[in-house]
Amino acid sequence: MTLYSRVIGALRPQKRLNRSFAVSFMLFGLLLGFGAFMVLPLIYAVNNAFKPLDELFIFPPRFLVRNPTLENFTDLMVIMGNSWVPFTRYIANTLLITLVGTAGHILLASAAAYPLAKFKFPGSSILFKIVVLSLMFSPHVTAIPNYLVMSQLGWINTQAAIIVPSLAFSLGLFLMKQFMEQIPDALIEAAKIDGANEYRVFWQIVMPNVKPAWLTLMILQFPALWGTDGGSFIYSENLKTLHYALSQVIQGGIARAGVGAAVALLLMTVPILLFIISQSSVIQTMATSGMKE
Amino acid sequence: MVQIHNTTEPALQGLAGGPLKESRLAQLWRDIKKSKHYYFMMSPYMIIFFLFTVIPVVVSFGLSFFYFNMLETPRFIGWENYSRLLLGDDVFMIALKNTFLFAVITGPLSYIACFLFAWLINELSPFVRSLMTLVFYAPSISGNVFFIWLIVFSGDSYGYLNGFLMKIGVLLEPIIWLQNEKYILPIIIIVQLWLSLGTSFLAFIAGLQTVDQTLFEAGAMDGIRNRWQELWFITLPSMRPQLMFGAVMQITASFAVAEVSIALAGFPSVNYAGHTVVTHLMDYGTLRFEMGYASAIATILFAIMLGTNMMTQKLLRKVGE
Repeated sequence: MTLYSRVIGALRPQKRLNRSFAVSFMLFGLLLGFGAFMVLPLIYAVNNAFKPLDELFIFPPRFLVRNPTLENFTDLMVIMGNSWVPFTRYIANTLLITLVGTAGHILLASAAAYPLAKFKFPGSSILFKIVVLSLMFSPHVTAIPNYLVMSQLGWINTQAAIIVPSLAFSLGLFLMKQFMEQIPDALIEAAKIDGANEYRVFWQIVMPNVKPAWLTLMILQFPALWGTDGGSFIYSENLKTLHYALSQVIQGGIARAGVGAAVALLLMTVPILLFIISQSSVIQTMATSGMKE
Repeated sequence: MVQIHNTTEPALQGLAGGPLKESRLAQLWRDIKKSKHYYFMMSPYMIIFFLFTVIPVVVSFGLSFFYFNMLETPRFIGWENYSRLLLGDDVFMIALKNTFLFAVITGPLSYIACFLFAWLINELSPFVRSLMTLVFYAPSISGNVFFIWLIVFSGDSYGYLNGFLMKIGVLLEPIIWLQNEKYILPIIIIVQLWLSLGTSFLAFIAGLQTVDQTLFEAGAMDGIRNRWQELWFITLPSMRPQLMFGAVMQITASFAVAEVSIALAGFPSVNYAGHTVVTHLMDYGTLRFEMGYASAIATILFAIMLGTNMMTQKLLRKVGE
């Protein structure tokens, strides 16, 4: 199907009863209007990264780039290459935090979700209730005691301070448990009859079957860690993250505007690409995300 | 077999008196031993979860009754932090007012927007549906790109809004948007709304796709006349579990506004116009090191978030009745 026919097909709503064309038209106008509001700032961010300096400061400001250039990206490498902590260091730090944090979270949350989803044992329902309750407040509430715990453990100024708490993010366990409930009990029992122990059932039967759910945890966890500045825990320069580097570049003022736009593009592209890849899995998982009354 | 065991045993042991409790404990212990593999599998997650989420909430509540500055040992002062916070702290009152304003405006608006857009997108063909999902979801995962809005609201004539308004002749001089008390709050609300189509939006899209299509045909037979009736009597009740989940996500986010306020309006903002409970918490927790006082702020925030969530869930149970 060509793109054109796809778009036209989209404007013709699915065959449903009780639809008035006028209202459909209005509602889709609304959708397009707000869609533009959502996407224009992002398109602007992309364009900015490719603008040469004279276009960035043109008056009146222009939305789209006229003469795209890669200057901002090469400048970024030059500026960062001259600072005493090389730019690649910031990228490496961010990658370490993001990859370990995401992979660890998927593994720990799945291991905890499997017993909760499939078996009843003493304490199982109360543990799950506590996790659901913790969805209802933001991490800001626990920031101060967290800091105290970190300093007791001697983790201040280490990457563990960012990675370890993120391993037990309550939304991950919640989604994983809801998704695992769909796995047929017969499948697990059959594996047990064939002689597999709990760990083997988890690793060889359950985990491959919940692939959409772990792609979802990835897309939820990745942007959060990718964009972290590590602000309250990390102080030494060579442990800092990409987001921190970005805020420093921006503080460099007008001359750095183009470079700042380049870093911004770098920061936003990765999570968005990941979402495009995993979109259908994410939707599949979210279908089970409901809370029972 | 277990059933019979349970119904007969209490009657027998009720006569004997003592052993009832003991045998229940013994059974519990048997169950625990039988499930030891499950506990083992959960332990890494649960240890970290308790260490960094559950215990901190309890510690925070405890600390709120102390004076503690990280250097001296904590000194018990009873309700003093709370009375100072609620009676003597004008800035906290501004923060509380702003937070409630954010919650009352961005909470319901973002919740309705999540549902409305998901509902509209749901009627599109699969390809355009996934494209539009991406369009609406992208801002919330694009990290800290919201500083793009700084350029829109920039105070000189290079700012997009100023440039535009001057071009069409509404303004003669640029307005310094982010330094003007009148505009700070509305601007943060707009940007917060832009960012707010996140997890719950995805949950709604997914929920809509799982609604049983035969219900709509049945509804049409039973006299449902337009899409609004369809929405209220069929769609909304069918996806009540997702609506509950979405409400929790949106409420929690709308009470926790802080990063956007700091990035756009500065910390502290002009006359505390963009100050929220969370920025107040950061002020005392990370700048002034009054940990006891900051813990009292955190405890109040915790209570507000929990209370609102419970209330909203009660309300949502009435949907479609």
